[in-house]
Amino acid sequence: MKYVDEYRDADTARALATKIAGLCEPGRRYSLMEICGGHTHTIYTHGLEDHLPESISLVHGPGCPVCVIPMGRVDDAIALAEQDDVIMTSFGDMMRVPGGRGSFFDSKAAGADIRMVYSPLDSLKIARKNPDKRVIFFAIGFETTTPSTAMTVLRAAAEGLDNFAVFCNHVRVTPAITAILSSPDLHLDGFVGPGHVSTVIGCEPYTYIPREHGKPIVVSGFEPLDILTSVYMLMQQFADGRCETENEYARVVPWAGNPKALGVIDRVMEVRDTFEWRGPGWIPESAMQLRAEYAAFDAERIYQVPGVRVADPKACQCGEVLRGAIKPWECKVFGTACTPETPIGTCMVSSEGACAAYYNFGRFSRSRVKEATSA
Amino acid sequence: MTQDLGSAIPIGPGPTRAGWAEEAVTAHAGAEHLTREEQVLERIARARARKPRIREERITLSHGAGGKATQTLIEAVFLEAFRNPILEQLEDGASLSTPAGRLAFTTDSYVVSPLFFPGGNIGDLAVNGTVNDLAMCGARPLHLSAGFILEEGFPVADLQRIVASMAAAAEAAGVQIVTGDTKVVERGKADGCYITTAGVGLLERPLTLSAAAAQPGDVVLVSGPIGDHGITVMLARGELDIEADIVSDTAPLHGITADLLDAAGDGVRLLRDATRGGVATICNEVATASGVAVVLEEKALPIRPVVNGASELLGIDPMYVACEGRLVAVVAPDRADAALAALQAHPLGEGATKIGTIGADPPGLVLLKTAFGGTRIVDLLVGDPLPRIC
Repeated sequence: MKYVDEYRDADTARALATKIAGLCEPGRRYSLMEICGGHTHTIYTHGLEDHLPESISLVHGPGCPVCVIPMGRVDDAIALAEQDDVIMTSFGDMMRVPGGRGSFFDSKAAGADIRMVYSPLDSLKIARKNPDKRVIFFAIGFETTTPSTAMTVLRAAAEGLDNFAVFCNHVRVTPAITAILSSPDLHLDGFVGPGHVSTVIGCEPYTYIPREHGKPIVVSGFEPLDILTSVYMLMQQFADGRCETENEYARVVPWAGNPKALGVIDRVMEVRDTFEWRGPGWIPESAMQLRAEYAAFDAERIYQVPGVRVADPKACQCGEVLRGAIKPWECKVFGTACTPETPIGTCMVSSEGACAAYYNFGRFSRSRVKEATSA
Repeated sequence: MTQDLGSAIPIGPGPTRAGWAEEAVTAHAGAEHLTREEQVLERIARARARKPRIREERITLSHGAGGKATQTLIEAVFLEAFRNPILEQLEDGASLSTPAGRLAFTTDSYVVSPLFFPGGNIGDLAVNGTVNDLAMCGARPLHLSAGFILEEGFPVADLQRIVASMAAAAEAAGVQIVTGDTKVVERGKADGCYITTAGVGLLERPLTLSAAAAQPGDVVLVSGPIGDHGITVMLARGELDIEADIVSDTAPLHGITADLLDAAGDGVRLLRDATRGGVATICNEVATASGVAVVLEEKALPIRPVVNGASELLGIDPMYVACEGRLVAVVAPDRADAALAALQAHPLGEGATKIGTIGADPPGLVLLKTAFGGTRIVDLLVGDPLPRIC
């Protein structure tokens, strides 16, 4: 495949791996967090860790939008979906995420009209076809998907489509990074920065991380060579004694971001005072909501959602996994009570979740497998 | 209360003539001079003896009621297409004469959406799928049954197209459809047409093929490019606004399996057709049942660029995407070359290739050596990214 194969070449990877190994200081361990779930997925599907020396470990961060949705929010959405005149639309990832009273799938099986869509614009189509129903789009994602939700609201407003609304769960990436940086059990050396989010917000918003927290960050693409290159760039910074924000994904990410997309977000949405994340808990200014001018499209203003807080199951350690304090397999219920089939925590639900990625792709002893595959 | 007829809502112009009635009269023209009762009775008898023709454009509940309409449907559509001496008897069950020996018996239901897709339709799947299940047991497929569940309002022309495809597929596979059933359910209670087929086949070879028979050192072969059917059906739904030049691979595999078994004999440990769940699922079944590791080479997997591209866009892994005309074979190492040559010599196996080997450790796992130079697990899929693919 053009534009893909050249970023998946094994020989280039091996050459890069040798250079990375050469930059490792003897006796020093490096802990690098990839913030984005897309990166986690790439790392596991391509077996990228096989190219890294043992002294470098990758920690999987909170950048999986599905994984950070707290159970109370799922329950709120289900309460909306259960209204007789409501059709709820959602991305497929969200369907199996457990709330306090089951998932969208459970609610759908019990009779609620919940439909999977590939784009928020599909929700508008459904709204046009069902004028006697209210179509509520379960909006989710970091800044990557926020502009498309904002555009959809603008389109609905322009068309006067008054039976369309958004249940807004858009989150912001930098407050989450700040929350991780201020956790007491932190032992990270640097960050592989999110790629898709940065196509919208650019690299500038990350510069406080090296400046104020002393950790370098390299914004990275999603192909395995992108990530390996970003690791190399971080290692080079350590070797040079630098601590900077760098852009590996310059072929897509402009330093200043995408002003048009940012403009659309700003027109339709504003920052919430605070928002609950699964794992880290309440983080100030970490999510978006619709501006008052667009109240007619805001499900949280049209309906009084229950807003009940549901505590995570005690055994679930998603929070510690999400801030990199433990590896997925170190969680007490990993792979036994909590599996992709019957997830307890959200990290096990989405294929981008750290636990699901580890369970689906990495559930084996690397030393044993080296023998099995060396033939 | 009286109705104000002046404001009644117009509901469109009515027919200016009853076309169906006029057609019926024309069909019986030339007999108007008959007036005596026995002449009329004779005329009715002759009309009833005529080859039944289905006049309705859509299936109605009466087609499933077991009466005249059902009989007409059976004779005009099913018997007409599938005609063979056993079916013609229209008994409650078919009596089959088979040589003494072992039989393979299988059944499968088909609910694919859409019913028609590039490269085939539900009828092709219903015949080929069951033929292939028999072929994977090492059997020579002989007889099939066909059960139809039709939704009220389903176009008769569509049913005729499906049935014609089934007849053609049965002929190509050398099997007869010898018994069947039809039910009609109310509009909205089904999605057009569902088909269930069952089949029997003759096990002529003294072989037992089993997912539990794989041994360390064995070789894993696949008969051609994978994922074509699943991606074709997914795109045919038209929900994704992606267009691609690709058709379903639906085909009967009994010919290629016979060639393979002739060439590699008891060196063949097991055969599976890679339908729902794709190649990845089969390899997992083998790993679990045989207690072995299946080690696959990502670079060796035969995947068309268009399937790879569509999968990349949809975020699915082609290893899990269904095929309807591809098989996976696990073969003893000393017979692997002969087996591969036999597959490649068959028209349906031109793209056959080795995709991996069986190892001893770690048992129960499928490992993939990635093109990037790493290793990962290929696990059973959770959830269904592609529902109603067959």
